[in-house]
Amino acid sequence: MSTIAVSEKIISFVSELDKPKNDFQKSAVEQLMELDFPTTKNEYWKYTRVTKITKSKFKSPTSVPQTNLESIVQNVVSSKNYLIIENGIMRNDLSQFNTTDFKIDVIKAKDVDINNLSFTRPNDIFTMLNTAYFEELISITALAKNKTEEVLQLIFIGTGDGIIANPRIVIKAENYSETKVYSSFISVGKNNFTNVVSHFNVDDSAKLTYDKIQNEGNENYHISTEEISQEKNSYFKINTAALSSAIVRNNINIAVKGENCESHMNGLIITKENQLIDNHTFVDHRVPNCFSNENYKYVLDGKSTGVFNGRVIVQKDAQKINAYQKNSNILLSDFAQINSKPELEIYADDVKCSHGSTTGQLDDNALFYLQARGISKTKAKKLLVSAFIDEVIAEFGDETTQAKINSILVDQHGWE
Amino acid sequence: MSKTLLDIKNLHAQIEDKVILNGLNLTVKAGEVHAIMGPNGAGKSTLAAVLSGKDGYNVTAGEVNFDGIDLLELEADERAKEGLFLAFQYPVEIPGVSNINFLRTALNEIREYRKEEPISAKDFMALVREKSKLVELKDNLASRSVNEGFSGGEKKRNEIFQMAMLDPKLAILDETDSGLDIDALRIVAAGVNKLKNENRAIIIITHYQRLLDYIVPDFVHVLAEGKIVKTGDKNLALELEEKGYDWLTTAEKA
Repeated sequence: MSTIAVSEKIISFVSELDKPKNDFQKSAVEQLMELDFPTTKNEYWKYTRVTKITKSKFKSPTSVPQTNLESIVQNVVSSKNYLIIENGIMRNDLSQFNTTDFKIDVIKAKDVDINNLSFTRPNDIFTMLNTAYFEELISITALAKNKTEEVLQLIFIGTGDGIIANPRIVIKAENYSETKVYSSFISVGKNNFTNVVSHFNVDDSAKLTYDKIQNEGNENYHISTEEISQEKNSYFKINTAALSSAIVRNNINIAVKGENCESHMNGLIITKENQLIDNHTFVDHRVPNCFSNENYKYVLDGKSTGVFNGRVIVQKDAQKINAYQKNSNILLSDFAQINSKPELEIYADDVKCSHGSTTGQLDDNALFYLQARGISKTKAKKLLVSAFIDEVIAEFGDETTQAKINSILVDQHGWE
Repeated sequence: MSKTLLDIKNLHAQIEDKVILNGLNLTVKAGEVHAIMGPNGAGKSTLAAVLSGKDGYNVTAGEVNFDGIDLLELEADERAKEGLFLAFQYPVEIPGVSNINFLRTALNEIREYRKEEPISAKDFMALVREKSKLVELKDNLASRSVNEGFSGGEKKRNEIFQMAMLDPKLAILDETDSGLDIDALRIVAAGVNKLKNENRAIIIITHYQRLLDYIVPDFVHVLAEGKIVKTGDKNLALELEEKGYDWLTTAEKA
């Protein structure tokens, strides 16, 4: 009985979508039918209700791209190298990059070898949905030994109304390369759902920094899965700023496969109104002598909800692991809430691991001190919040990204 | 005759149900230095808190006129903008907010309130250098987070440095001498003395006569059980140092 009911939900969800024509996507659609959308009964979705997404009937992106994106692009571009990706489809006409630092291939779904795109944990329904319906795979390779200061920008633009975009990205950092990638998610559409899946292969001694700013506006939805695989001596850092969207769910899954790796995760989450922002991170320490560090900060206003779940596994023989995790939260309103859950699973006996979660309101004594010097209450709050989040903003790769975050805080949250 | 800056009439205030100020009267004129002394729990710090606009105090009767304005109607920041300054007994540590950024924000908000142009970065830094010398505050303290990791003496010097920067009409020093060794006390007192002028009034709240050796008051008031029970000149402070407060509070009760 239940299988039939589930299928009907999925059938309804995909009913307006273009049917895939190639074999592996047809097979993915079939597998999709056997899955169910998560409910809050599911541990990993306990605080994240996604019915607003799952009860919708999204349409596939139209094959005729919007033509008036130039001015929007101009506002977002801050690097010499940038790819414009509209509803998951590369806009060659608007993109520009040099081919000495990066090899960039856009592969139509029918030509993709899906076996090369693996997951650390079993496919959940949203990654399966992406596999079934992505239009093309954008493959970016940072060439071996190549060190580039110039950031590669990926600009994801949502357009239209009621569209699902399934961007599929692979970033491969070859041996000894050093690369910075900066993704921004923006939207000129509404009621859209971005369901992005990205794979990162960080090879031997490679260094990859990935900044991500999610700012699609509070009329859109966003689910993102990042699958990271690290080889020996590699460095990977991912900075996430979730600043707008009605619902955001981020899944970061890092498999540390080689020794002497560093993995860093930082998060900045600013919410208002009824936003729901959920970050699930997972670091799988499979081998010894590695370091991982995580620092997520939430500032929650209005009736918004934050969810943080940070899971670290240190496998049996993975000795000498240093793994640190911190989640700090400020509630600006009596109606905002945060659900924070660290999960450390340690099977080795010679490791240093710690986690901490703090939640509070702004310090009344500090507020009064600032006010007593002539600073208005509103401005005093902003000063204290800035002091709280500056540490995370400073982790973002370059000053342009940091400036961008600050300007979004002004636009979206009325800060000065 | 100099003008009246602060006029407190029959002030009653309480925290929840506990009455702390119980009919306090005080008049302070421009150019004057007043010391308010009194035993623990007399209401000295409550007076400072009520005047500066801290939440949690309920004024049940009385009025406070500050240079022609009904002070009690204003928010804490508006009182500061009107020229009231409180040097905190326990200055608050604010990690992540630099002293400089904080002071520049404060100064510019005050200037905006007075319809003045914001101060330029260059002029501001010149002002910081000039005023930090007053209390021998090292430059690097100015660039650190507000009070974070400051010693007790540095915190109090920072308070007086802020007073110098904001140039108030009335400064209330709430137990500025507490926690200071004799050298720090001298530096702080010298800073305050340099800030004395005919347009500014200073109220010093203290337990001890010690600070008054350095900052000589025009008036000394004894605050007990929520009101002023005796007023004298600087010699009253010496007398209090010798006799304590009991003879005054007992007399009051008798």
